[in-house]
Amino acid sequence: MNKKFILYAVLLAFSVAAPFLFPNYQTQLATLWLMIIVALTWDMTGGQMGYNSLGNIFFYGTGMYVCAVITIGLYYDVGEWTNASRTEIFTFSDRQYFTGMVLGILGAGLFCAASAYFIGMLTFGLRGPYFAIGTLGVAIAAGEIVSNIEWLGGGQGVSMPIYNGDFDTFKTLIYFEYAILGVGLFVFLNWLYKTRFGAAINAIRDDEEKAEAMGIHTLRYKLVTWAMSAFFVGAAGAISAFQLIHFEPLETAYQTINLGIFMVVCVLLGGKGTLWGPVIGAIMFQVFKETTWNYFLGWQWVALGALIVIVVVFFQDGLMGWLRLKRPEWFGVKVEQKTSEAGA
Amino acid sequence: MNNIIEVTGVSKSYGGVKANSNVSLSVEKGGITGLIGPNGSGKTTMFNSIVGYHPIDEGSIKYDGQEISKMQVPQIARLGMLRTFQQTRIYGAMNCVENMLISLPHRKMNLWDALKRNTREDHERAGHLLEFVGLYEKRYLRSGSLSFGQQKLLEFAMALMNEPTVLLLDEPTAGINPTLINGLIDRLRRANTEFGITLFIIEHNMRVIMNMADKIYCLAHGEMLAEGKPEDIQDDQRVIDAYLGAH
Repeated sequence: MNKKFILYAVLLAFSVAAPFLFPNYQTQLATLWLMIIVALTWDMTGGQMGYNSLGNIFFYGTGMYVCAVITIGLYYDVGEWTNASRTEIFTFSDRQYFTGMVLGILGAGLFCAASAYFIGMLTFGLRGPYFAIGTLGVAIAAGEIVSNIEWLGGGQGVSMPIYNGDFDTFKTLIYFEYAILGVGLFVFLNWLYKTRFGAAINAIRDDEEKAEAMGIHTLRYKLVTWAMSAFFVGAAGAISAFQLIHFEPLETAYQTINLGIFMVVCVLLGGKGTLWGPVIGAIMFQVFKETTWNYFLGWQWVALGALIVIVVVFFQDGLMGWLRLKRPEWFGVKVEQKTSEAGA
Repeated sequence: MNNIIEVTGVSKSYGGVKANSNVSLSVEKGGITGLIGPNGSGKTTMFNSIVGYHPIDEGSIKYDGQEISKMQVPQIARLGMLRTFQQTRIYGAMNCVENMLISLPHRKMNLWDALKRNTREDHERAGHLLEFVGLYEKRYLRSGSLSFGQQKLLEFAMALMNEPTVLLLDEPTAGINPTLINGLIDRLRRANTEFGITLFIIEHNMRVIMNMADKIYCLAHGEMLAEGKPEDIQDDQRVIDAYLGAH
């Protein structure tokens, strides 16, 4: 227990120090936290509950838009702000900027949690691959719908208010927002997975029919899990909106083929259904991605495709799953000495 | 109200196949009731109808006086009526203790309770019941790696963990070796007497069911063929014909 505490303390200290130790990599480190957040949240339904959603990117994009509407709408008319031919100049004071930021991030999280609950009522009747395709459809449709709403800037997207201070401070600020959200999520999940709730969603993953037959409130737990996961994705999307300053619907907000798939790959790399798997997977993936995008430009998608194929064919359970197979005693699997009368 | 389950005139067909036609039966509270019949006679269909697994075509099913034929599986389970499966269903990736703890009765649990950790008493009860079925030493093994017979015992222990009022057991002794069967019969009896659980059992092993049940129903071709005390059923020519294949 003590060893664990030291490990967590070291990791936390490193997370705090990282942007100052590697000032040139602040954006990459911030993106790493984003990957950790989306991987951990994807694993809540995909790994722990057995519902592989391809539509979690919906909450990321919706989080961005909800945050933009709240932040801007607090002080200006959103329609005028997003109007492409506007001539008026809008400014945000520091106080307005930070009030908008906090409310925008929280509001985005809450809105996404509520929308997950309602979308879940429609989609949780679907099982297996049908759920994956159904949720993917929701994300794609949302991108198309939003890109046709003029009030939200249409296909051009939305520009967020700009921070008044210098750019380096801004980058550090964004890093710590992601980091706080990420650490908060990790602590939350570390607690949640040890509760009866965590056990119940594992039961749904392993055998939903059995769970129903045992009287577990399966639909309720599924909806609540997805809503909790959507809260964090939505908040992360909101932070991304501030980080990117300008975003547009199809390529940035509802980016189904980029981040929407990356989050799944992260979890598969690290190991589904474990607490550390998605974190480790996100780090591995981010290193892989930055390397190939920098040194094999033009081939990066081929390399990514090859990685996915290798993982899916040879390491289906990811790094943590492989460890569990090789070193079961690390995970508390053991037989006690006394032989059982049921030893047949 | 002496009958906890009251089935009246239930019919269920799958396409053209009449799995149950106009079946009526009742299960007495606190007793052990048996359901026998040749393969394909509609026993499991009857169980599925009772626990709400599929809608019935006609008839009525009452649990403790309450009509349940339109209710959903988890709702019925939360009333206190549980079933085990013919092919065991356990959570294979988890160890036995985890399997037990998941089976805590959710009927009393709201979302707030669910967000708590399992208490020391929960762990003790899980250990106690695993001891009861003889799986205590294997409690930290992945339940999927247990033998079929052990998985059946685990499933039985999980059902007990849920503190049911009625337990519907679909062939509890199938696939269990003969020496273990005696132990299992004893444990089923004790579940009935010590924990006061009403049992309704589908069973092919005549020695087992004739020994245990107070009352036996026999289905054949989806229809109720005979009912009565074990001795009467044993001597019933129609039952013997049905099992030996004469028509």
